[in-house]
Amino acid sequence: MAGTIVIKNGYVFDPLNEIKGEIMDIFVQDGKVVTGLSAAELKTGTFIDAFGKTVMPGGVDSHSHVAGSKVNAGRVMRPEDHYKATIQKTSLLHSGSGYTVPSVYKQGYDYAAMGYTTVFEAAIPPLEARHTHEEMRATPILDMGGYLELGNNFFVMRYLREGDIWRAAAYVSWMMKTHKTYGVKCVNPAGVENWGWGKNVSSLDEANIHFEITPREIIKGLSEINECLGMPMPLHLHANNLGHPGCYTIAKESLKIPDVIKPRQNMEVEWAEIKMNPAKNRSVYLAHLMFNSFAGTTWADLESGVKELAGYINNKDHVVIDSGCVPFGEATTMTGDGPAIHDIYTLTGNKWSNKDVEMECGSGVLPFTYLKSNPVHSVQWAMGLECLLLINDPWKTIMTTDSPNGGPFTKYPEVMTWLMSEAYRKQTLSECHKWANDRSEIGGVRRELSLYDLAILTRANPARTIGMAHRKGSLGVGADGDITIYNINPQQLDPNNYEALLRTFRKVEYTIKGGEIVVAKGEVVSIPEKRTYYSEVHVEDEKEKEMLADVKEWFRYYTLGFANYQTPKKYLANPTPIQVNGKR
Amino acid sequence: MTEVILIPKRNVDIKLEADIINPDSFAGKSAEEIGNLPIWQGPRTYPLCEFFEVKVNGGSSEAETIIRIKGDASRVKRIGEGMSAGKIEIEGSAGMHLGTGMKGGEIFVSGDTDSWPAMEMIGGLLHIKGNAGDHVGCAYRGKWHGMKGGRIVIEGSARHQVGGGMDGGEIFVEGNVEGFCGIRQTGGLIIVKGRALRGVGAEMTAGTIVIGGKIERFSPGFEYMGIEEGLTLGGVELKGKFKKFIGDYAISTRAKGVLYVAVDTNTEL
Repeated sequence: MAGTIVIKNGYVFDPLNEIKGEIMDIFVQDGKVVTGLSAAELKTGTFIDAFGKTVMPGGVDSHSHVAGSKVNAGRVMRPEDHYKATIQKTSLLHSGSGYTVPSVYKQGYDYAAMGYTTVFEAAIPPLEARHTHEEMRATPILDMGGYLELGNNFFVMRYLREGDIWRAAAYVSWMMKTHKTYGVKCVNPAGVENWGWGKNVSSLDEANIHFEITPREIIKGLSEINECLGMPMPLHLHANNLGHPGCYTIAKESLKIPDVIKPRQNMEVEWAEIKMNPAKNRSVYLAHLMFNSFAGTTWADLESGVKELAGYINNKDHVVIDSGCVPFGEATTMTGDGPAIHDIYTLTGNKWSNKDVEMECGSGVLPFTYLKSNPVHSVQWAMGLECLLLINDPWKTIMTTDSPNGGPFTKYPEVMTWLMSEAYRKQTLSECHKWANDRSEIGGVRRELSLYDLAILTRANPARTIGMAHRKGSLGVGADGDITIYNINPQQLDPNNYEALLRTFRKVEYTIKGGEIVVAKGEVVSIPEKRTYYSEVHVEDEKEKEMLADVKEWFRYYTLGFANYQTPKKYLANPTPIQVNGKR
Repeated sequence: MTEVILIPKRNVDIKLEADIINPDSFAGKSAEEIGNLPIWQGPRTYPLCEFFEVKVNGGSSEAETIIRIKGDASRVKRIGEGMSAGKIEIEGSAGMHLGTGMKGGEIFVSGDTDSWPAMEMIGGLLHIKGNAGDHVGCAYRGKWHGMKGGRIVIEGSARHQVGGGMDGGEIFVEGNVEGFCGIRQTGGLIIVKGRALRGVGAEMTAGTIVIGGKIERFSPGFEYMGIEEGLTLGGVELKGKFKKFIGDYAISTRAKGVLYVAVDTNTEL
């Protein structure tokens, strides 16, 4: 029977259920984890002997750029990224190409081959939602969803400026439904709008042009809206001034804003059995902390500011971050923060692209190579690891490379190994510029993450942070049967043998999705159905009607008609709405 | 010493992609094994023996393998791609991407080559008796770093973007070149005996270009340094007087590219 599988005698790591490497059997029936199977069901199902191997829930990436117009712009402007990284068509697989910005097919296969089964797109401009959904629909295997960029939206800024938070909330809820997106993303609030005039904002209290609204007001407003609607995940913030020396101060001040806002999750879902309380407990999810953590005043006296931010986060309970690690090598920077990309262009002279998305946001793309010989890049490598090693509570951290900004997601095995092995960090430190050691704390960090910690950083916490723990990130009864099996025997794990760790993380033994084996020994063997999650957020009809009247009035400034604005359900693979803020 | 002889059997319609015609992949194989190596034509693969008659003389070792193609290979792409040693002699013309990314060894073509010969070459020698198409020793599309080392000799003429993005190595062209010779060059040497069309050394920041003939439209971002005589570059003695320029200052203010232009043929400069 499809979707029925038993995994015997593996060392199971399931942090949401506080299972720390116990030898257990996992049963999956019809795609869901169950307590056991009858003798008859065992006969027809698949059997995997996982003795001496590590079993974890399927990997969850809560911040990756994998679909939509800016990813595609990256593909289009980088033929050189594609001609050496190719896969051949087989009877099962589609052909594909691309190293930092792979084609959708290659992306799905590559993620699955590393044990990942769920990936969320980090930034969807509303007008590009259709395009994003088309690409997500075409990405094989992975369950997906995405966050809607609202930090520089004309309507949000105007309603917040007028102090009409309920109208803004009605707008946000309608936008989630309209574009079938999952959470609220806020990129360089107020600054990207100024970029339309060739400017940016430099402090939290600098009002932008025309809308006269400050970044502080937007962050405060959007996080209030996010919590009063009871969204599945906290506000996903990309702070102002990102990527500039000294930017850690503004990041720290930004994190203080949602401190006073109480997290509230109001969604109608069926919860898998989870021992920990998996409800939302953070009011802000800061994206790619590394890029927000530059200290110093110029590129000459740049140093890591992660220690300062980690100190703040260690003392507070309302913040969760993802790291945005830099594994060296080729990358493609792409973000909704148009002015930040322009600044990298003035630094590097590389080819670049920028886009103004009408009344909504902006974006930029620029190819980038991180070199071990470069002082700044070396510090960035150290900072990315500091983000995950200096914050003590693993439940406040998520491992990413902000793919493909810090490096492609296919470099996750390297990042995992650096986190688990001090010897591997020392080895890399000896190869890179001395700034990595001199201008960060990384050289003195003795901490080595355990497999349990790693399971938190790559599965349990991303799922919990974005409110998907009801079915992802755990192996509790009722959870999706998404499972990764690594060829690692925890009893014989030697962090000093990092070459072996790298090999096992690069090619997993098995990836199982919905109880079906999709990857065996690093090779994709089946392409099961996938789902797309989005938040169907409800507000009172009256409020929505009133807000829509105003939106329709302003719609004449768009280049398309109101009727063509929404993303129909047919653009989604197995659309799976999550009812938020009540049912209709 | 192994000698592998490939004799074209018939005319080719859709161009072949034959990166396996390469001393590295032929080394240690019998004629039958070589004949069964797959080459692509459009979406399909065929054994090499479908298009070539294969004969092998002698023992085996990649460094000593010589491949002789006896006839026209102008519709065969990617011959010698990435080869590290050995020799390929083509008694006719060759298709696109000849010797792309080659690391060592030698390729000798008695006819012409299509575009992209020795794209992103790292080492070795490519000698073309006839003419070459566009993008000789150039970077791939979108990439800014081309040839890193090795030597390309063209006895005829080449077309656009000779040595685009070149980081190192040497290119000699006896005949003429068209536009944008040495565009974005960051190292290495290009010597063109004939004339050039325009955009010579555009955006170059280092490296050397010599143009022996007339440059139809000179790039605007170069600064005149003076006249030099009795130049010897890359082991080649250059006769006559040359005007020396430094650039291209059009974008970079710190450019150190050197452009020599023959005095006799460029009197108006």
